[in-house]
Amino acid sequence: MIVAERKTLEAIAGMVAGSRKVLAVGCGTCVTVCFSGGRQEVAALAASLRMKRGIEGKPLAVDEAMVQRQCEWEYVDTLAEQVKNYDAVISLGCGVGVQTLAERFPALRVLPALNTLFMGLPSEQGVWEERCQACGNCILDKTGGICPVSRCAKQLFNGPCGGSQNGRCEVDASIPCAWHKIWERAEAMGTVEALMEIEPPKDWSTSRDGGLRRMVRQDLRSPSEEEGKE
Amino acid sequence: MNDMLAAAAPDRQAVKSGSGLERVLAQGDFAVTAELGPPRGWHPDSVKRKAQLLKGWVHAANVTDNQAAVVRMSSIATGLIMIDEGLEPIVQMTCRDRNRLAMQSDLLGAAAHGVRNVLCLSGDHQSFGDHPGAKNVHDIDSIQMLAMLRAMRDEGRFQSGGEIAEGGPQFFIGAAENPFADPAAMRPYRLRKKAAAGAQFIQTQLIYDLARFREFMKKVVELGVHEKVSILAGVGPLKSPGMARYLREKVPGMSVPRSLDARLEGAAEGIDAGDKQALNRAWREEGKRICIELIREVREIEGVAGVHIMAIEWEQAVPEIVKAAGLMPGAPA
Amino acid sequence: MSESFQPEVIAFCCRHCAYAAADLAGGSRQAYPTAIKIVELPCTGRIDVVTLLHAFEQGADGVLVAGCLKGKCHYLKGNLYAQQRLDYLGRVLTEIGLEPERARMINISAAMATQFAQLATQHVETVRALGPSPLARVKEGEGV
Repeated sequence: MIVAERKTLEAIAGMVAGSRKVLAVGCGTCVTVCFSGGRQEVAALAASLRMKRGIEGKPLAVDEAMVQRQCEWEYVDTLAEQVKNYDAVISLGCGVGVQTLAERFPALRVLPALNTLFMGLPSEQGVWEERCQACGNCILDKTGGICPVSRCAKQLFNGPCGGSQNGRCEVDASIPCAWHKIWERAEAMGTVEALMEIEPPKDWSTSRDGGLRRMVRQDLRSPSEEEGKE
Repeated sequence: MNDMLAAAAPDRQAVKSGSGLERVLAQGDFAVTAELGPPRGWHPDSVKRKAQLLKGWVHAANVTDNQAAVVRMSSIATGLIMIDEGLEPIVQMTCRDRNRLAMQSDLLGAAAHGVRNVLCLSGDHQSFGDHPGAKNVHDIDSIQMLAMLRAMRDEGRFQSGGEIAEGGPQFFIGAAENPFADPAAMRPYRLRKKAAAGAQFIQTQLIYDLARFREFMKKVVELGVHEKVSILAGVGPLKSPGMARYLREKVPGMSVPRSLDARLEGAAEGIDAGDKQALNRAWREEGKRICIELIREVREIEGVAGVHIMAIEWEQAVPEIVKAAGLMPGAPA
Repeated sequence: MSESFQPEVIAFCCRHCAYAAADLAGGSRQAYPTAIKIVELPCTGRIDVVTLLHAFEQGADGVLVAGCLKGKCHYLKGNLYAQQRLDYLGRVLTEIGLEPERARMINISAAMATQFAQLATQHVETVRALGPSPLARVKEGEGV
């Protein structure tokens, strides 16, 4: 899932310092399951903002709304009438959600309440860890299901480096060394020989380095009117 | 893998690059290298001073590349000053700060100025250094870099496959290996991989744990890697018990036996705890002694072709160590 | 601060221990302040930060969460979760501009009527010393 974390109340309050009436919109998908932008979190942020501004003597009305997913036009469109009543919309969606709202409601000030962090999983209750950086060319078949792009601080393809110690990364002892894990997995699965091969330089153009990425499925697109004509 | 390794085997008789270090190793002589740390500024004087200190006492000296992710004068620029001073540089280049374009471009320039030895490294993570918020590059890793340099030299081609005008630069290519990093069992295999990729010489991380190093070399020799790549054992004088502790606890991939702390502390016995000068002098003398002993030991280990002396911010110690260890018979008295 | 300030402290009590203790206190004439307004819950694990924030937003001067003794929660870990949430709430209150001391969690057994009365009184006095919640003034000014 996409994992995001709420900004500080101070940071969010700063964004709406000039507003009198805002709408806080949550998202029912990724940020709900990582507890940063779901219904409860929207309620907590709204109450916190109202109280903080109340104490400061500059009341702020904060209404609350939820959509199933902020990254789809159809869901976001359900807010179309409602958003007109507000100075600004605080999105508790990930970066995609914020931009979807902003694009759909260009006359509106749309503000990010979250910092989108990474794609990952809850490794244990209350802890989320990065697993994927969308490099656009998955090689997990070669590394026993352990990603060197997202889990190696140096994105090595022929690791580990000389800083790997006791299975831990030199950057932080709480981070397992991805290449140590890859090697261990290969030993367990009898695929060590494959690791002796030199992995050539990666083509990063499928990653963010290539610029804004787009995936097109022509077979799924709405047939144009031109095509409909005989 | 073994076919690839065989194909990569450098022809020891022919010295391709014009590098003095390559010639020494090809002749079968015990090589001696040291490290020269560039300044944290742009003035060349300290480089000239250090070069004069080391000249004649080593076959070549490494120039570090933003070591520990701390900004210093670039390794290539420093290397050029060293060439002017008559000391052959081994230019280190990490994968942390440059993409493949910058690497190839910088190396063409380095070759134009007479640089012949290049050491390929991953590089310490930027979080260790003075610009922890910087974006790291790691477009390619050190093994891919070795292969890239070898292809530039032997095929006259850029990493993209395009032809290098008038032939590729003739480098003597090196890499580092850490016998004490984990997973320990795979380190000799990683060394073999580096040799297959194009490494012709290897410098190891600082050795204080002889037993573990012997184990490592035994496996290396078993794999036959020592015949494909010249291995220089990393050694360095300890300055104090504090330094021994620091290396053990704070530097990733170091194995420093506690017996060395005891030796250093023992050397300061009888000296007043307040007499910092006398303490440091005693510790440093013992530190040099330990280093000299280690050099004598590693020299006898099968597969070791030389030593790489790392006297961190203590280049003055190098001539003394070289002399006392009986290295470089032709060195100035 | 006015002499006549009577704090309003909402006490969220778990049915199995705290509520029973409060009941016993009442029944055995061990007085605790009328400032305490009890809300019964099946377990303090039911407490969530939003509920407590709403309590403050609606004008409470303080909040007390009373659960079973640690290790003796009727639902095993409910009171431990509640404590974690109270700790988190403390940071949120500070961000909002409220004193974190206004919210407190206590752990007692069903038989501890005396302790309930003592601790409840203690917390009401803490809140009294802090003064009315700055939000009470806001609430009064509603419509501004």
